[in-house]
Amino acid sequence: MPAADDLALYIHWPFCLKKCPYCDFNSHVRDDVDADAWQAALLADMRHEHALTGGRRVGSIFFGGGTPSLMPPALAGALIEQAQRLWGLAPNAEITLEANPTSYEAGKFAAFRSAGVNRVSLGVQSLHDEALAFLGREHSATEAMAAVESAQGLFGRVTFDLIYARPGQNAGAWEAELARALAFGTEHLSLYQLTIEPGTGFAGAVARGRLHPMDPDEAADLFVQTQEQTRAAGLPAYEISNHARPGAESHHNLTYWRYRDYAGVGPGAHGRRGGMATIRHKKPEAFLRRVGEIGHGMAEERALGREEQLSEALLMGLRLAEGLDLAALAARFDTTADALVDAGRAAFYADLGFVEREGDRLTITPQGMPLLDALLAELVPAHLVAA
Amino acid sequence: MTDLSKIRNFSIIAHIDHGKSTLADRLIQLTGGLTEREMSEQLLDNMDIERERGITIKAQTVRLNYTASDGETYQLNLMDTPGHVDFAYEVSRSLAACEGALLVVDAAQGVEAQTLANVYQSIEHDHEILPVINKIDLPAAEPERVAEEIEEIVGIQATGTWANGGAVLTSAKSGIGVEDVLEAIVARIPPPTGDRDAPLTASLVDSWYDPYLGVVILVRVIDGVLKKGLNVKFMQGGTQHLIDRVGAFTPKRVDLTEIGPGEIGFITAQIKEVEQARVGDTITTVKNGATKALPGYREPQPVVFCGLFPVDAADFDKLRESIARLRLNDASFTFETESSAALGFGFRCGFLGLLHLEIIQERLSREYDLDLITTAPSVVYRIHLGKSKTEDAKVIELHNPADYPDPNRIEMIEEPWIKAVIYTPDEYLGSILKLCQDRRGIQTDLTYVGGRAQVTYELPLNEVVFDFYDRLKSISRGYASFDYEQIGLREGDLVKMNILVNNEPVDALSLIVHRGVAEERGRGMCERLKDLIPRHLFKIPIQAAIGGKVIARETIAALRKDVTAKCYGGDISRKKKLLEKQKKGKARMREYGNVSIPQEAFIAALRMGEE
Ligand SMILES: Nc1nc2c(ncn2[C@@H]2O[C@H](COP(=O)(O)OP(=O)(O)O)[C@@H](O)[C@H]2O)c(=O)[nH]1
Ligand code: SF4
Ligand SMILES: [Mg+2]
Repeated sequence: MPAADDLALYIHWPFCLKKCPYCDFNSHVRDDVDADAWQAALLADMRHEHALTGGRRVGSIFFGGGTPSLMPPALAGALIEQAQRLWGLAPNAEITLEANPTSYEAGKFAAFRSAGVNRVSLGVQSLHDEALAFLGREHSATEAMAAVESAQGLFGRVTFDLIYARPGQNAGAWEAELARALAFGTEHLSLYQLTIEPGTGFAGAVARGRLHPMDPDEAADLFVQTQEQTRAAGLPAYEISNHARPGAESHHNLTYWRYRDYAGVGPGAHGRRGGMATIRHKKPEAFLRRVGEIGHGMAEERALGREEQLSEALLMGLRLAEGLDLAALAARFDTTADALVDAGRAAFYADLGFVEREGDRLTITPQGMPLLDALLAELVPAHLVAA
Repeated sequence: MTDLSKIRNFSIIAHIDHGKSTLADRLIQLTGGLTEREMSEQLLDNMDIERERGITIKAQTVRLNYTASDGETYQLNLMDTPGHVDFAYEVSRSLAACEGALLVVDAAQGVEAQTLANVYQSIEHDHEILPVINKIDLPAAEPERVAEEIEEIVGIQATGTWANGGAVLTSAKSGIGVEDVLEAIVARIPPPTGDRDAPLTASLVDSWYDPYLGVVILVRVIDGVLKKGLNVKFMQGGTQHLIDRVGAFTPKRVDLTEIGPGEIGFITAQIKEVEQARVGDTITTVKNGATKALPGYREPQPVVFCGLFPVDAADFDKLRESIARLRLNDASFTFETESSAALGFGFRCGFLGLLHLEIIQERLSREYDLDLITTAPSVVYRIHLGKSKTEDAKVIELHNPADYPDPNRIEMIEEPWIKAVIYTPDEYLGSILKLCQDRRGIQTDLTYVGGRAQVTYELPLNEVVFDFYDRLKSISRGYASFDYEQIGLREGDLVKMNILVNNEPVDALSLIVHRGVAEERGRGMCERLKDLIPRHLFKIPIQAAIGGKVIARETIAALRKDVTAKCYGGDISRKKKLLEKQKKGKARMREYGNVSIPQEAFIAALRMGEE
């Protein structure tokens, strides 16, 4: 585990071969990408972050996207090497690469490992070809399974994503699919329920009545089933959608949820560091142009108010099964634990079994997790939320 | 001074969209009241709400000077009267100021019921009715058929040429026949009578607040003369004022030296509130004034009451100021502070009718930018209470179900009834009869006139006050029309129904209902609340109860899933926005126990929908 004051470094690669219909990430399809120009730009953007956060150590690096496995491995290598040179990396720093499980990308795994990547996160999404077609993915189930196995052979730490609660998916089918996924024996799995995000292909299909999302009550049943099945398999949820063998949690993502500092580099990347919220220009071309002009891609850098930081810390922290130490959080922001949650509401929802309060620790129970957004609206006091 | 024989005072009766405004504009244009450049569409309806709804709320007049074919110049006063039953009293005062009316009928549509009600009212005022068949340019125009229909339904001559007593044929849009209308007004509408030397009596037709002039009073002089500098008194109001301006609208405001007998014009007298210038009052001189007021004065009588509460409690003072400002211009609604366990502080307001309520509510939100919760409209019940240990028997008026007294003391409850006249194409009659029947109506008359039915019902006002009109319009695809008058109080088997949400009574949802329909209403309300209240993290029972007895119940199932599955790449802003949105949504709801009820639910719960 990284130390609390280590910095997490996120690097965004904004390109994909094709836009998936459920995806609202900052991903773009471009015919040709000038790898050299991108390498120079990302390196420069990173240097800008370093100039503002120097003196700290980097505890984890995460290459997200987009599809960072499309990057030349040498580019990833150059970024890792520069991070090491600038900040210095913690021993055993977790360096994750998101990858799509096509055979082309699997062919590059070894080179990524040589470049310094020690953990891969594969966008498998489903182990069924029909589901993969529905999700607009480029790979087949066979290809995906081969990619997982190949990754397991090369990297110590492997995780993959599945999307469930798809329209028409029934409990039995999901149970079987999840069982196959668990059988790979990876230390970590991300299991996301399909959500319809504004502006995506699926949102359009829903609006035109061509796609009918799963009924939320049914999805809730699948959620419960998922918790039981993963727990039984030794991969309990440590966050709403993330499961790991105890100790194998994603260090990098824990940084977000524990509301520790992270620097975000590359198009559309978000950062939280030193009380500042940062965001880079989203469009790849705009980002490149800005870096050319001023040496970095920052679009907005804003000091966060104390209330804002506290509400962010709460809404991130309560996603974790470990819950939140209110006293510790209060101490970080020079306030009192009482000011952080509506105690009456917390007691009311504790009676209903959705919340647990033990001393200073506030935890959302497994029953409460699928209701977290509603619970947050109840628990987070109004004075912490901007009107 | 204009010779009485050269004055014509008239109003225009027309169903919506038959062309009243267009014709009025033409008359103004033709008589040179405004230059082409000054003409803007539809001069008479000037408030936004009036334009949008196509109704007139305030009476207005335009004075036109017309040189007729006989070579004489006439003063024509065109009075635009309020166009809705809620303002029936105001209409009657406007009509009393005229000697005739133009009945404008669309040559393609024929006579509509609303028109009829107004025509009869006009006839009651002994008006000469001059039929005008408009839109003769339309391909579907059937002026002969419509003329016959007017004769048959209204009972006045309409066939033949206008010079022989028939209808004037016009196309207000293209200007055809407009000159004929002016000639017919001069030839057929009788001039007013009056005595210049008699003590002043002038009828207060309408009043409104003008930010520059203060209260402007529209008057019709019967006898005597109104002049600047005159000390006058309002005989009903009992106040005295010094007239500082007399004038008329052409429609531009022009100052005059006097308003003589038979003439219509305006005065101002440094009055700050319309409440001091009540419609129907009689104006006379302080010295040597008339001793007898003109007949027909009536105090404004609110018949529909509801609570108005600010969504944001901090807006209470703003609401109070805004209501007070609106009242400057409309003395016919009443208000007093009210407090509700759930809605906090607000006002209980009384209105002339539902449209009036909607207009005030709309103006508050539009002109004063207030976000309001409106509670269920209620009528005024008269409750006879028996003797109690500490009090004698007495009769109280109930404006608010929340003030319902101890049922054990109630000996009898009376509720207001109305007589409703509905005019509809035959094909919708069945559904309309059912609607009236469901609302405890008693049919008293049914007649057919050429493919149309006119049905008269006596109905309890509390059954009409809410969504009767909407329902009527929807089941008749907008074709049926509806007019009503109050016919007094009748005893009713009425009870208070409470709505309990999560076992807590919600005061703003309680209502008075007839025992015979209570169960059905209760069931309906529970069903609608089930849809209106969002699912919570726990299940919520909704019950309707009379006293301790539950008569209907529904349950809102608990919410099972509400979570952002993916919190990606450290982008917290989106999640935070969601939380802010949720919090804001909650602020627009009202909490009962632990249940948040959206503000719209208080009214929507009552909408009876497709029964
Ligand atoms: N074709 C035709 N349309 C007319 C005529 N008079 C009025 N209209 C149209 O009918 C509609 C309603 O007219 P308006 O004067 O606002 O009716 P009001 O509701 O009675 O005041 C408008 O679109 C007018 O342009 C006419 O003589 N011929
Ligand atoms: S590959 Fe990933 S980032 Fe790219 S479009 Fe698909 S889901 Fe989005
Ligand atoms: Mg009009």
